[in-house]
Amino acid sequence: MFETLSGRFSGVFDKLRGRGALSEADVAEAMREVRLAMLDADVALPVVKDFVNKVRERAVGQEVLDSISPGQAVAKIVNDALIDALGGAGAVPLNLNNAAPIPILMVGLQGSGKTTTSGKIALRLQTRERRRVLLASLDVQRPAAQLQLQQLAERARVASLPIVPGQTPVQIAQRAIETGRREGFDVVILDTAGRLSIDEALMEEVRQIRAATNPAETLLVVDAMTGQDAVNTAKAFNEAVGVSGVVMTRMDGDARGGAALSMRAITGAPIKLTGSGEKLEALEEFHPERVAGRILGLGDIAGLVEKASETLDHEESEKLALKMLRGKFDLDDYASQLRQIQKMGSIGGILDMLPGMGKLKGQLDESKLDTSVFKRHQAIISSMTKQERRTPDIIKASRKKRIAAGSGATVQEVNRLLKQFDDMSTMMKRINKLGAKGLMRQGLSALMPKGAMPPQRPH
Amino acid sequence: MALGFFSRLKEGLSRSTQKLGGNLSAVFTRRRLDDAALDELEEVLIAADLGPAVAGRVIESFRSSRFGAEVTDAEVRDALSAEIARVLEPVAVPFTPDPARRPHVVLVVGVNGTGKTTTIGKMALQFGRQGLRTILVAGDTFRAAAVEQLQIWGERVGAPVIAGPPNADAAGLAFEALKKGRAEGADLLLIDTAGRLHNKGALMEELAKIIRVMRKFDETAPHSVLLVLDATTGQNAIEQVRVFKELVAVTGLVVTKLDGSARGGIVVALADQFKLPVHAVGVGEQAEDLRPFSAADYARGLVGEGLKLHSGAVVEQGED
Ligand SMILES: Nc1nc2c(ncn2[C@@H]2O[C@H](COP(=O)(O)OP(=O)(O)OP(=O)(O)O)[C@@H](O)[C@H]2O)c(=O)[nH]1
Ligand SMILES: Nc1nc2c(ncn2[C@@H]2O[C@H](COP(=O)(O)OP(=O)(O)OP(=O)(O)O)[C@@H](O)[C@H]2O)c(=O)[nH]1
Ligand SMILES: [Mg+2]
Ligand SMILES: [Mg+2]
Repeated sequence: MFETLSGRFSGVFDKLRGRGALSEADVAEAMREVRLAMLDADVALPVVKDFVNKVRERAVGQEVLDSISPGQAVAKIVNDALIDALGGAGAVPLNLNNAAPIPILMVGLQGSGKTTTSGKIALRLQTRERRRVLLASLDVQRPAAQLQLQQLAERARVASLPIVPGQTPVQIAQRAIETGRREGFDVVILDTAGRLSIDEALMEEVRQIRAATNPAETLLVVDAMTGQDAVNTAKAFNEAVGVSGVVMTRMDGDARGGAALSMRAITGAPIKLTGSGEKLEALEEFHPERVAGRILGLGDIAGLVEKASETLDHEESEKLALKMLRGKFDLDDYASQLRQIQKMGSIGGILDMLPGMGKLKGQLDESKLDTSVFKRHQAIISSMTKQERRTPDIIKASRKKRIAAGSGATVQEVNRLLKQFDDMSTMMKRINKLGAKGLMRQGLSALMPKGAMPPQRPH
Repeated sequence: MALGFFSRLKEGLSRSTQKLGGNLSAVFTRRRLDDAALDELEEVLIAADLGPAVAGRVIESFRSSRFGAEVTDAEVRDALSAEIARVLEPVAVPFTPDPARRPHVVLVVGVNGTGKTTTIGKMALQFGRQGLRTILVAGDTFRAAAVEQLQIWGERVGAPVIAGPPNADAAGLAFEALKKGRAEGADLLLIDTAGRLHNKGALMEELAKIIRVMRKFDETAPHSVLLVLDATTGQNAIEQVRVFKELVAVTGLVVTKLDGSARGGIVVALADQFKLPVHAVGVGEQAEDLRPFSAADYARGLVGEGLKLHSGAVVEQGED
């Protein structure tokens, strides 16, 4: 695994001790790390260059206030610029202001998630916005593609256009709009076949579909794992059909998701939605501040907290969030976290949202992602005294033996748990240190009720 | 110095556009492979998804043998592809079903949408043509119309498809299919599975269960576990391979969608790190669009037929 930017930065930043204006040399070194981190995160090379140049210009000569270190100053500039480049604060909603039936056109490469996302958007518009939605598949290429959308429509309890074999995509599109008009649908979602950006014939086809339907939204659906090719895809689709919004799918994976930045930079279109699973409910708004953290390798703490608060007892997760933010949670918290993690499903997914968890994840893999590890940890913790749980530092050899015996574990297992816990708290502290000065603030404060933010500590 | 790097690149770019009238002249122009030129080549590799670390390593070893050499674009192209082909050569291993196994059981796995089902259709055609009795198993019981998709492929390529009821247990289905394949004397059993992200523990455990259950019938099964990778994937492919390999003992890779603009450079990093055989590449959506993996061709594709150096000191202007 690659080192995270936070790790890299702390190295660079340690050397940045000067006061006054940031020098060209200081900034250059930090920018080299930013460049690498972004390339590792799959941001496309031309986009990286452009971003780094802009940030360098912004940073050189910047006065560093006495209250923060130069490192923090650079980190803040980088993070702010990245959030800006990803679209700034606030999600951009789908444009549904046209006269009904409003066509939404879904385009993208093969397998990027167009059909699934069509179903997700239909479900959302129907349940949240009370719109009548018609789903239509224009995919005459892939085997059973139309059937796939029809089945998704049934799952979502949304109407789908009857399948008529032998029609061309343009004919299906026209029939969909007519049906939408005749039957009083508010929105018609047009799912298209996957196509390569260099496939002239298919790109011409989608141009015609667009011309025939005049969609209010043309959504480019992109896999969050996409590498450098994001540039070609973004350019080709934007030139052919004019992308009005981007959907990033598979954000539930552990890809760093640099393609989001490439897409945004090249199409200029906002990222409107993200896919976070295969189920039809797994569609979310795009949060630039979280994806910025992910691209820079700082982890998606805010996302974790939100996911937790959806699944878990709300109060509990807020407490957890606060403690995490303060870098001050004890073994009791860890145990309660373990209990809750089991409720949240994918452990790997949760760990991926935490920076620096690669090691812990590695250990999980060895045990085949077996939740029994967590059960054992819970057992071990429950054999500790209250005092031991609050201040794990006091657990020395004889206590370890007692705890091991009490929980049916070996002393090595107890050691391993303590080590893991220690790594985890160190990391939380580091996030906290970087975070309080801006990195995490936007993400977390957006999630917290007023007054729940911890007081800003002086530096 | 990072600053120098960028300004050199810009300088190089403007110099080349000024000095060299057209692309044609570039073919005849010899340039010195200096730092600027090597930086430019490194960027070509990064843009092909090799990743900054591996791209850096390839260029370092290239530098050690060629630094300061006077070369044309065509020579650079050849030499750089040769350098990459060296890394790929050991993993270019075709997929050959073991005739002693009846059937040779292949479990096809990967993250969502990479091309597993399509690749199974393509393989069925290829091995069916070689006279192998091939059976397809619709082990994706989860995704909408996944079974129907494989059934259509079966019809297209003339291979029988074993499917269960909707939401059937994939492990149970695989077990039954293996029994049936054995009874019918099949040569090849290609088992489709639902796409799953490697970081989803529960889904990965399901895959491990398919293997465990099949082993109750034949402890040598599956004989191959093929991981299907999408060439558009960036650095995350490394995690995909690492986790799938660890949890379900992947034996080989298939790289799809190489007919697109993605260069699939991550395969170089994978070859370097995991040394897993790359059996085949997908180059289209049709049944015929499966090709053996050739290290030399792949490397050429990565570097790009149109590679042109913009920077590097011009040492001699050929006649136009
Ligand atoms: N984990 C995860 N899987 C997703 C997501 N979105 C889609 N998928 C899965 O990705 C695979 C491909 O999705 P499709 O919707 O069929 O993709 P498509 O773009 O319509 O594919 P083509 O029509 O063949 O081009 C399916 O297995 C989906 O379940 C997501 O956000 N997360
Ligand atoms: N251009 C191109 N498209 C491909 C290739 N291989 C597969 N596809 C397309 O990619 C899309 C997804 O392929 P599938 O075979 O359904 O992928 P999968 O891995 O089975 O997907 P899930 O089962 O949903 O995880 C389809 O539109 C295929 O036609 C290839 O080599 N080139
Ligand atoms: Mg589709
Ligand atoms: Mg499939």
